[in-house]
Amino acid sequence: MDFLNAFIALSNFVIIPAVAYGSQLALGALGVTLIYGILRFSNFAHGDTMAFGAMVTVLVTWLFQAQGVSIAPLPTALLALPFGILGCMALVLLTDRAVYRFYRAQKAKPVIFVIVSLGVTFILNGIVRFIIGPDDQRFLDGERFIVSARTFREMTGLREGLAFKTTQGITIVTAVVVVILLFWFLNRTRTGKSMRAYSDNEDLALLSGINPERVVMVTWLIVAALATTAGVLYGLDKSFKPFTYFQLLLPIFASAIVGGLGNPLGAIAGGFVIAFSEVTITYAWKKVLGYVLPENLAPDGLVQLLSTDYKFAVSFLILLIVLLFKPTGLFKGKAV
Amino acid sequence: MRHEYFWKNEAMSSDPYSDRGNKDLSLGNPQGMGTATPVTSGGRASSAPGGPFLIGDKMTGGYGAGPDILHDCTIAVDRGEIAVIVGPNGAGKSTGMKAVFGMLNLRGGHVRLDGEEITALSPQDRVAKGMGFVPQTSNIFTSMTVEENLEMGAFIRTDDIRPTMEQIYDLFPILREKRRQSAGELSGGQRQQVAVGRALMTQPKVLMLDEPTAGVSPIVMDELFDRIIEVARTGIPILMVEQNARQALEIADKGYVLVQGRNAYSGTGKELLADPEVRKSFLGG
Repeated sequence: MDFLNAFIALSNFVIIPAVAYGSQLALGALGVTLIYGILRFSNFAHGDTMAFGAMVTVLVTWLFQAQGVSIAPLPTALLALPFGILGCMALVLLTDRAVYRFYRAQKAKPVIFVIVSLGVTFILNGIVRFIIGPDDQRFLDGERFIVSARTFREMTGLREGLAFKTTQGITIVTAVVVVILLFWFLNRTRTGKSMRAYSDNEDLALLSGINPERVVMVTWLIVAALATTAGVLYGLDKSFKPFTYFQLLLPIFASAIVGGLGNPLGAIAGGFVIAFSEVTITYAWKKVLGYVLPENLAPDGLVQLLSTDYKFAVSFLILLIVLLFKPTGLFKGKAV
Repeated sequence: MRHEYFWKNEAMSSDPYSDRGNKDLSLGNPQGMGTATPVTSGGRASSAPGGPFLIGDKMTGGYGAGPDILHDCTIAVDRGEIAVIVGPNGAGKSTGMKAVFGMLNLRGGHVRLDGEEITALSPQDRVAKGMGFVPQTSNIFTSMTVEENLEMGAFIRTDDIRPTMEQIYDLFPILREKRRQSAGELSGGQRQQVAVGRALMTQPKVLMLDEPTAGVSPIVMDELFDRIIEVARTGIPILMVEQNARQALEIADKGYVLVQGRNAYSGTGKELLADPEVRKSFLGG
């Protein structure tokens, strides 16, 4: 039995990837939960908003790379991120003006908004593919590892290596910074509080002199920033492909609902719950168990509960379980 | 049995507007959604000198495209006065208040404040003009703390709000104690105090209260009335709807009795209390 090597293998293949993936989901789910809490509908277009923001970032990254602008050892994409955010902000404000505002003026029911957002999804889907194509795009550069498996082995003399990718490090740091900024904004600033007030009680917000259109606009701007950041971090960590963002919608919604829709803290917790479940269930435990169990009990098979092809089924299952037993989510949802 | 099952099923599907889809909370969040169809922003005020401080003059209108609820209804309050609107359920008292505040579009009539025609102003702009309104229900932000509720009341102000907040804590000492507590956790009476406090945070020139004593115990009600009189003594005119007609008319300088969206009787509080018709119909003899 070799617990140290088991722990290193576990960290390398489960904990670090799940924390990074969880951070990406959390950022995505925060956007969904803000729209739900403040604009009062489940935004199906969120995945494609992420794709659009990430696409603009990819294009600007390529431009910078062609010009030789670089912030090595960090990826150039970080430099391009603010431009991606701006592009995405322009997009969501345009969509709001052209589409959602009309339905707000009609006082349309939330379900109408959901269906409308589905329409927006398809349009964005098309726009992104039209501009950048449906294929995988590479835009990662800079140092690949903070700690590579080989250096780690040489450093510690252990049999197992621990790799910590730059993108994982950046993802985790960015997520922490963004979450702190968002909570500070919502709980401490006048505009943030007015957004919570609007979410709580629209009519009373109006009576207090809060301008609803401004609240809506600020919400979209924040959501655009969150979506682009999440999209770029995911693209850096895995790869940029428009369709994967559409697929991400399921784990993102699962995160938001598991945590409690409308509750930002819940969105973060939900992101990590989904990420850890997905990674642990699709991970082949043979190696870790081989270290932990006595030799004669070491497993012959891979001990993989589910093939990675079915990873989305995990989010779906957790979503179902939570909706059946605790429909308001782990944290009390339905209010920002 | 089988027949009944089919019948039910049919009844369900035959009504495509039954609103079933909106009950799925994982799709939409109807909680706290606005019900008002306010006057849209962008309207301007114009000068209209003379008349009482605040008047909703011959107002006709209802919610959205629905039927008219108010018919040539006039309510007004002058400087240093308390005006009370009473009447049976469904008389349009609350609707009248909302109309004065621009929470619905009028099809006829005017609202004037302090010598200005404000009919075309949005509710936010009316707040900026110095109007404060405490609605009857959902009149606090339940998920926010007491202090945040007061801060939101002062949203349009850019100067230092601390002194006003201190004044409100002096007026309602219990709120000072509970200021870090979520407003949704307070008792009915305390919630009403938060609601009135929130409206006072703008330092309004006129305060409108829609049944401030609804759902509170008689002791708390007396106390709230005392506080309201205290506010009125500081010179803020108060226009209020009240269910406890007798008690309200006793403190009122002016009273309006509404019936089916129309002015049935009006006069000073004392006159209305003495009017045998009003006594018989609305004050229980």
